Amino acid sequence: MLLRGKAHLFGSDVNTDYIISGKYKFKTLDMNELAKHVMEDLDPDFYQKISPGDFIVAESNFGCGSSREQAPLAIKYAKISAVLAHSFARIFYRNAINTGLPVVECDTTNIAAGDELEVDLTKGEITNRTKGIVIPVKPLPPVMIKILNDGGLAAHFRKYGGFNF
Amino acid sequence: MGQTIAEKILSLHSYDDKSNGPLSTGTVNLQKVYANELTVARVDLFMGQDGTSPLAIKAFQEMNGKKIFDPAKVHLVIDHSAPSPNEGVSALHKLMRDFARRTGCKLYDIGEGVCHQLIPESGLAGPGSLVIGADSHTCTYGALNAFSTGVGSTDLAAGLISGQMWFKVPETIKFTCHGQLPKGVYAKDLILKLIGEVTADGATYLACEYTGETIAALSMDARFTIANMAVEMGAKVGLMEADEKTYQWLSQFTGQKFNPVKADPDAVYAKELTCDASHLVPQVAKPHRVDNVCPVDEVAGTPVNQAVLGTCTNGRLEDLRIAAQILRHRKIHREVRFIVAPASRRIFLAAIQEGIIQTLVESGAAVVTPGCGPCVGTHNGIPADGENVISTANRNFKGRMGNSKAFIYLASPATVAASALTGEITDPRIYI
Ligand code: SF4
Repeated sequence: MLLRGKAHLFGSDVNTDYIISGKYKFKTLDMNELAKHVMEDLDPDFYQKISPGDFIVAESNFGCGSSREQAPLAIKYAKISAVLAHSFARIFYRNAINTGLPVVECDTTNIAAGDELEVDLTKGEITNRTKGIVIPVKPLPPVMIKILNDGGLAAHFRKYGGFNF
Repeated sequence: MGQTIAEKILSLHSYDDKSNGPLSTGTVNLQKVYANELTVARVDLFMGQDGTSPLAIKAFQEMNGKKIFDPAKVHLVIDHSAPSPNEGVSALHKLMRDFARRTGCKLYDIGEGVCHQLIPESGLAGPGSLVIGADSHTCTYGALNAFSTGVGSTDLAAGLISGQMWFKVPETIKFTCHGQLPKGVYAKDLILKLIGEVTADGATYLACEYTGETIAALSMDARFTIANMAVEMGAKVGLMEADEKTYQWLSQFTGQKFNPVKADPDAVYAKELTCDASHLVPQVAKPHRVDNVCPVDEVAGTPVNQAVLGTCTNGRLEDLRIAAQILRHRKIHREVRFIVAPASRRIFLAAIQEGIIQTLVESGAAVVTPGCGPCVGTHNGIPADGENVISTANRNFKGRMGNSKAFIYLASPATVAASALTGEITDPRIYI
């Protein structure tokens, strides 16, 4: 899977309340509606700035806080193609894979806001086309690759009727 | 090789599927698992709340789920926005009620309490058990020596169908706490201090084990407070050993025998930390990070507009009792709104019987439905722009209580009560 887009930068400890505020997530299951409020408390215009395929690029502990799956879903429905970060909070990481949002653990220090990136999930590398450099990616655990390849955990269950690793 | 508590409990629930066909057929042969291995384990109890269950129900349908593997092992709780503040939430609550009726799982409706009090009160999350909840603070039951951890809605849906969950067995960080907490200093102060030191991602993917004489001396209510906040360091679970207090507490709810688990003397830890509780002072987590912790002195005098006593961290009987001790025959400051949310109906009733609720209400408290209260900004007291809130909750993220322009300070029930009294952040020790 080859993903292309530009980088939107965020810092460390971007928590799930920032990704999608509790005041919205309790109201609806309409993810297109939730997507409009993605990252709103950090950047009120963020949704407007996204072109389909863009990346969220962050530092460490991305997605800490609650277990709300609305967080990766709001990002996915906002048409962000993947989140790149030094590290992720555990539940967010699982949820992202389960719902089919690629999450990439890598060194993001050489990515600046607006850089054009190419992410090759199969090969496990990122090309920063603006800077002309290649950034290696920490590989996903095999169980997660299997779930992502199946199209998320729901699709995995539809296919096998249970866990099949 | 020796095992940690986390490794042992996961081992007790892992089955070797190699010789016995697919896991889903229910096989034998317990296998020993160690940190960083992947395992699929059988789960004793699943929990979902009203912020996560609706999506889980949707995922359940997407997975072609027909029935729950064992309805008695699935508990859904309506606590986060309860009673419903608007028609959107009402529709989601209805979805949960319909699902529970159809599948036969247990539903706790509005007014029963917050999920992380109700699950321990169910008597099903005991020593050695494996519990999964679609809520990050599911780690609370680690105080009962249960491996309990939070997941998202899709994981929950998979669990409802299969009765299983896949895990990466976590490494463990061990906290040994020596000394007794001084007067006016509580479990909340201890865990805030530890979080300040370890930081918000210092235990990511890890299990925590809390041990030592400080923990042994704590009541179960206080132990829950500490286990509850393991996730604020990024941890998967916050475990304690079971002792007489654990069994006594559980005996109020169940006669069931459990399978308590201790770490082996030669268990391997990722890290071992010690702390001395005997010189601890009251702690406060400043906006907007839980690990932004300082001694209360540093922020004393900060004006407070709203004080919150409750949540899955500190809405238990002992917490209400501590606040009532400070507020007895006193009136809160007239510029402060003081919101109290008992953690469960049982606690609410016990607090009524003890006269605690009367004391709190006479002092000026607004008591709301047992449940999450204003913790997550869905209802029950959203602060105005620029206001300061002091709360016994576990998170102070910007926007957490429904307004990103408000400032949330986290502290113990004593510090919250003392601050409600004076209208500014106050060291509670002068009242104790
Ligand atoms: S009280 Fe707060 S932290 Fe606890 S479950 Fe409810 S919303 Fe979550």
